[in-house]
Amino acid sequence: MFLQQLINGLVLGSTYALIALGYTMVYGIIELINFAHGEIYMFGAFVGMYLVTVFKVPFVIAFLLAMVLASLLGVTVEFLAYRPLRRSSRLAALISAIGASIFLQNLALLVMGPRPYTFPSPFTPKVYKTSLVTISRVEIIILVISFLLMIGLTFLIQKTKIGKAMRATAQDKDAASLMGINIDLVITVTFAVGSALGAAAGVMVGIYFRTVTPMMGLMPGLKGFVAAVLGGIGSIPGAMLGGLLLGIAEVMGAAYISSQYRDAIAFAILIIVLLFKPAGLIGRFMQEKV
Amino acid sequence: MFSAYYLQIIILVGINIIMATSLNLITGFTGQLSIGHAAFMSIGAYAAALATLKLGLPFFGSLFFGALLAAFFGVLIGVPTLKLKGDYLAIATLGFGEIVRIVFLNLKITGGAVGLRGVPKNTTILWVIVAAILTIFVLNRILKSRVGRALVAVREDETAAESMGINTTYYKILAFGVGAFFAGLGGGLFSHYFQYIHPNSFGFLRSIEHLCMVVLGGLGNIWGSIIGAAALTAIPEFLRASADYRQLFYGAILVLMMRIRPEGIISGKKSRKIPPGKTSAWRGKNKFLKATR
Repeated sequence: MFLQQLINGLVLGSTYALIALGYTMVYGIIELINFAHGEIYMFGAFVGMYLVTVFKVPFVIAFLLAMVLASLLGVTVEFLAYRPLRRSSRLAALISAIGASIFLQNLALLVMGPRPYTFPSPFTPKVYKTSLVTISRVEIIILVISFLLMIGLTFLIQKTKIGKAMRATAQDKDAASLMGINIDLVITVTFAVGSALGAAAGVMVGIYFRTVTPMMGLMPGLKGFVAAVLGGIGSIPGAMLGGLLLGIAEVMGAAYISSQYRDAIAFAILIIVLLFKPAGLIGRFMQEKV
Repeated sequence: MFSAYYLQIIILVGINIIMATSLNLITGFTGQLSIGHAAFMSIGAYAAALATLKLGLPFFGSLFFGALLAAFFGVLIGVPTLKLKGDYLAIATLGFGEIVRIVFLNLKITGGAVGLRGVPKNTTILWVIVAAILTIFVLNRILKSRVGRALVAVREDETAAESMGINTTYYKILAFGVGAFFAGLGGGLFSHYFQYIHPNSFGFLRSIEHLCMVVLGGLGNIWGSIIGAAALTAIPEFLRASADYRQLFYGAILVLMMRIRPEGIISGKKSRKIPPGKTSAWRGKNKFLKATR
């Protein structure tokens, strides 16, 4: 029972981790909570579903295309709603982000209608049973893809030139700019990569729960942010750890405490973390300079 | 005098004026971004409705009880979370709002997911007008007093305010308490007008709606919030835009206002001139509110 819940938690948590990565990367670089990230995730799920059902595209290609199109959307949102506010107050940028999120959500609601769509399962469903746990093929696929994406991201951040530029920009934007780093390009790439990961999470949740709705981004978006804060916002390993822990905590809480308060668990964790360790589990706390 | 339809719009405008001005006290004047204002409204709405239904209090008593309970929770959430700044505070208020909604969705006494029905229709247009005027009056008196100047000082530069001997934590909690009190009052009026309340009427999107009114009217300006609340309540009704487009419109307003006129229709600033290269509505050193170079 406990092991089974642990696996369920890991599957859910790995999708939270992918969403959290998008938040944490953007926050690390421009100190903005990208509220529209939940909608990017929703968009990714819709694109994946549409390509598979309407255009009969093979799942792998639909998955990759969803990531590409979602990163385009992410970059567009950055360009229209955040870039003009780069020099204004962070409050203005945050309000603009909330506005972008509401706008995208309702645009989806208008275009797609409020009814849920079914995401057809791209694989023949198969369940592996052992004496202790049961795990379905979809769950294994989600875990493997998430793991691969996280390794890929770590490689991108740590080993490539653009990754180095991203780390430099996160540390000190002005100094990075003086060293000849194109800050605008770095920000664009950050949004593109973060959005692609969010879309990947969206598609995987789509095949896991088999439904896609315009409002599906709201809760996972908020929870992805909670996961980012839990791990330490701005920290990439933190987001991965935070996502997995949040998924496990949520599933365990629903199983052992109360399933009705499932969504409240995440927010209670958020408030507790903010109060006692605002830097998160492995984040650095930045003292505000006078 | 009015048809029922216009009456309902006027009552909604009145309630939204109470909500927007009280949120403006917290976000516009004290500079603490709150995206959980609807939570205080829901506490007031449920507390007032239950006070009428279960305790049999008169209408005024219920309203006061609801407002007081909302203020209590405002202080309760204020004490721990006000250590947080800027977007951390915003996200904590969001989390608080969601927790309140989920708790109301699961409690027995609130009717859970079915909602609470059978609240007597005590709210009349007179009550709403009196309550709105009272709210505006009290907030205006607070803002014109020493307390109001302290609140603005906290917004402009917390460190400087603190070094001038202003107890910043106290004033932030005070702003949250007073703001929540009036939000609770608005909630009480709401539940006694519609006679039916559901936790999901007070979710994240309702908080955003209030924020929209404040931002549109101008952060840090009471009259702006009144105009913002009236405009955003009445215009969609008169345009006959269905609820489908309303939210889309709200989202666009937030983005466009921040881009074109971040200080709102009526600026909260004394001077209308903005120094070149500076687009913030404020001149202080608050890192969250200040424009960079």
